[in-house]
Amino acid sequence: MTQAMHQILVIEDDASIRGVVRVLLQAEHYRVIEAETAARAEVEAASHKPDLLLVDLGLPDGDGLKVIRKVREYSPVPIVVLSARTMEAQKIAALDAGADDYVTKPFSAPELLARVRAALRRSARGSEQPPVLQIGQSVVDLNRREARNQDGELHLTPLEYRVLESLARQAGMIVTAQQLLREVWGPGRFDDTRALRVCLKNLRQKLEPDPSRPRYIVTEAGLGYRLRNGE
Amino acid sequence: MTEARPDPDQLLATVKAEEARSRRGKLRIFFGASAGVGKTYSMLEAARNMQASGVDIVVGYVEPHGRVETERLLEGLEQLPTIAVSYRGTIRREFDLDAGLKRHPAILVVDELAHSNLIEGDPPPRHAKRWQDIEELLGQGITVWTTVNVQHIESLNDLVAQITGVRQRETMPDRIFDEADEIELIDLPPDDLITRLKAGKVYVPEQVATAIERFFRKSNLIALRELALRRVADRVDAAARASVVADRTSRAWLARDRVLVAIGPDAQAEQVVRAGKRIADGLDAQWTVVYVETPDLLRLSATERNRRIDLLRLAESLGAETVTLDGPSAAQVLLEYARTRNATRLVIGAPKRRGLRAWLRPSTTTEIVRKAQAFDVITISATEDVKHGEQSVTTAPETAVPVKWERYAWALATTAVCTAVAAAMYPYFEPTNIVMAYVLGSTIAGVKFGRGPAIVAAVANVFAFDFCFVPPRFTFSVADFQYIVTFVVMLAVTMVIANLMASVRQQTRVAGARERRTALLYAMSRELAATRGVSSMARVAVRHVTEVFDCKAVVLLPDENGRLRYPREAPIEGSFPKADLSIAQWVVDHGKRAGLGSDTLPAAPALYVPLSDEHQRLGVLAVMPENRRRVQLPEQRHLLETFAGQLGLAMERARLQEQAEAALVAAETESLRNTLLASISHDLRTPLAVIAGASSTLVEHARDLGEEARTALARSIETKARDMSELVSNVLDLMRFEAGQIVLRRDWETLDDLVGSALSRVEDRLRSHRVDLDLPADLPPLHVDANLVVQTFANLLDNVGKYTPAGTAVRIAARAEDETVRITVEDEGPGLPRAERERLFDKFQRGQDEGTVVGAGLGLAICRAIVRAHGGDIVASDRPGGGARFQFTLPTREPA
Repeated sequence: MTQAMHQILVIEDDASIRGVVRVLLQAEHYRVIEAETAARAEVEAASHKPDLLLVDLGLPDGDGLKVIRKVREYSPVPIVVLSARTMEAQKIAALDAGADDYVTKPFSAPELLARVRAALRRSARGSEQPPVLQIGQSVVDLNRREARNQDGELHLTPLEYRVLESLARQAGMIVTAQQLLREVWGPGRFDDTRALRVCLKNLRQKLEPDPSRPRYIVTEAGLGYRLRNGE
Repeated sequence: MTEARPDPDQLLATVKAEEARSRRGKLRIFFGASAGVGKTYSMLEAARNMQASGVDIVVGYVEPHGRVETERLLEGLEQLPTIAVSYRGTIRREFDLDAGLKRHPAILVVDELAHSNLIEGDPPPRHAKRWQDIEELLGQGITVWTTVNVQHIESLNDLVAQITGVRQRETMPDRIFDEADEIELIDLPPDDLITRLKAGKVYVPEQVATAIERFFRKSNLIALRELALRRVADRVDAAARASVVADRTSRAWLARDRVLVAIGPDAQAEQVVRAGKRIADGLDAQWTVVYVETPDLLRLSATERNRRIDLLRLAESLGAETVTLDGPSAAQVLLEYARTRNATRLVIGAPKRRGLRAWLRPSTTTEIVRKAQAFDVITISATEDVKHGEQSVTTAPETAVPVKWERYAWALATTAVCTAVAAAMYPYFEPTNIVMAYVLGSTIAGVKFGRGPAIVAAVANVFAFDFCFVPPRFTFSVADFQYIVTFVVMLAVTMVIANLMASVRQQTRVAGARERRTALLYAMSRELAATRGVSSMARVAVRHVTEVFDCKAVVLLPDENGRLRYPREAPIEGSFPKADLSIAQWVVDHGKRAGLGSDTLPAAPALYVPLSDEHQRLGVLAVMPENRRRVQLPEQRHLLETFAGQLGLAMERARLQEQAEAALVAAETESLRNTLLASISHDLRTPLAVIAGASSTLVEHARDLGEEARTALARSIETKARDMSELVSNVLDLMRFEAGQIVLRRDWETLDDLVGSALSRVEDRLRSHRVDLDLPADLPPLHVDANLVVQTFANLLDNVGKYTPAGTAVRIAARAEDETVRITVEDEGPGLPRAERERLFDKFQRGQDEGTVVGAGLGLAICRAIVRAHGGDIVASDRPGGGARFQFTLPTREPA
């Protein structure tokens, strides 16, 4: 199992949570390094070069944001944030600072493991993206710009292809609305969320089996979107 | 008499008076017929006895008059320091009321009950009279011993003056004497008194001779002694009667007499008032002093009119109710008033008009005597020789009403016009008819220009008629004697009409003024009713009072500690900034008026009226009038008190309202706390019990358990922990909402997105329900906080999962409205309890009573907080065909 090789740095000040996470990750054969302060975390991250960081945002000696910014200066290592539900603003700040995904406390084991797996996969893939997406019954070939489902060919606009590309690049992980706007519409249009909403609504209409209860192109309210395929 | 039935009101009054007395100190009066009978001596002797038996008795003030025996008695008694008052260049020693109040002995000895304090002294006294000082001491629960002579009693003042020829200026109200708890009559036969006088035991020697000559004549002393004895006997009699009331036997509810005393502004009035007092006392009756303002009286000079103020105040001090009425004829008004008040007797001064004048214009008295029905009329004849110690009254110099010369010019112009008309008539009419033109002219002058110009016009008309039309023409000589009759009648008719018109005008003016004042009072009440908050009410009142009374005014309200303070708001026009807080504080503490024109500190520049109801002192209305005499007019004073009363009522209402609101908030907070506790005890303890139980089982018995059982236990731990987590999040969310800590992070969102998110969030709970969506494709995007709106939907859908049976459907519909989208979430469950529909959105309210369903009923409260934060509202109703329906709106545009 390649997973066994992966080394994960858990940055969390609460010993019991750290303990639970360690047990959980070790059960999945990850190697775990622990840090309970931001300062310690920076040292561990630099020296051990972990494959993934799990960062708690509320640390005693400065928040997890600082750690994220610091690490992002020199490494594209995937970072998953642990945060409480009442910390929406910090969550967004962390994603903007370069975190790849988040898990809300209290989390369930499958949830955490899914996030970790998705992040590691993206990391392994690099910036390469799978040319063909399987979304429910629909198949989208991003390279050839072709989409079809069981009823036949689907027509997607160039904009919709580009949105799908952006989501697929980080498949299984959250893509913030800001990020989508930047990547698809360009830096000048970063506040035109209305266009973004309409585009995603149309995408769902075309690709989701039940557009009103999306299963593949999922909205993370107030944050962004997540393409769930294969998991 | 069939049954003894005491009037309950009177019984109540008796009980109340008793209660008040029991809290008050007792008043003991050492009463004598004249100076020198040994009142002070007896009082001090009694005081020494008291002290000997260990009672805390202190001498507040004793006038030693240089008497050796008295001074000897004072030795060994505790004496309060007197206060030095500078008065017209001299220093006088006066009783120090504050020292007495501060020392607060069981018994305080204060000599000379009827003493007048030095109002113009420095420092000025609190009260004008010592009996007021003593009232205050009694009010503070201090028993007071004092002395007084018979000639100082107000109602006997006239009699004593008549007997001795010396008018006593220092008087005290009968009420004080009658209400004293104990009267000790110090009686000394006149011969003994004269002996004591001659022995120099009473006055210092050089005064004796003159004193004996003028006052201490034996005949005087005998008369005074008899008066004193009778007064004490009367009092005993009154006490006996009062006890009859208390014993609930008969008589008490017999119709009581009411004596009406009618006065005018003449010199006789004061005597009439005093006589009225004696008659009323003799009948044990209530009495009312009535002053009737007639057009005639309105023409009197200001000085004369101001006399009635003093008269009415005298009457009030004697215990009368005073009323000022107005009408065209005094007799008519009095008769009417006597009938409405069921008066049994009417006391009035004897008519002074004699002979022809009396026959032509009968006096008010004569008219009343003629028409009186169902009551007796008692006339009081004037005694001429009593010398009045006329109190000097400072009056503002009378400002002459500017004569309106143009009115006279117009009057003469009417004469000219009449003459022109008459000249035109002359060729065709007899002179008798030409006269009619002049009569018409002077009538018009009377109507339009008033009395004076009308008379001028009448005289001018007579001359013009004579000169122009009476043969021989163009001379003032009269050929035919008959014309003299024409002249006289013409003049008389004009005068009568002019007089009538003037009266009517005067009446209208008076009535108009009254109506205006009533209207002003009404205006203030109405504005007060629409005002919220005590300090705003105060401002409204000040505005109205300054306008109505032509004065500066301010309302002083107490702070949190009950001390009065100046208004904190910016002063408004007409408010007067230098109110004396110490006077105001006294007013609020005692609930009595003070300051200008009142009994207490009458020399102060402003009048202070308490604003209070039965239970609470709410503040003080201070008024500084432009014209100082104006507030002293009884009707002005009553009007001011009506204003104060009105304001007091309004403020009381505001205060009660504030209290009620505060109580409601407190009750709600309290009930919230209780519900929270109850909720925690149930919704937190239950999952905790499961978690603790399951985890300990896993720890202790993991080996004995099968794989399946272990998983089940672990799963239950997880489920319960999630429930608790959700509950805690909800409580925290709500608290943050209430603390105003939640800032909406709005963005453009599509409803499909939000509903989709919510559905995926509650996926597990709604697994066994059908979800119908009715979201039009052309719905405009919403400008909302996505997270919170998703939570709203999640909470509503969560409830559907909790409270509706499996297999039923939930429908989510939306319709675009003007700048909003109306969203409906309805289910097919049991519906909502009708009575609790609105309370559903309150914290910790559940659709069903405590049960197995987890969640503290915070969901709907959070929904409402979120929807309201977005500027909408959420309502619950029944879905037609069964089930619950929730509707709310969300905005489709950015807030301005």
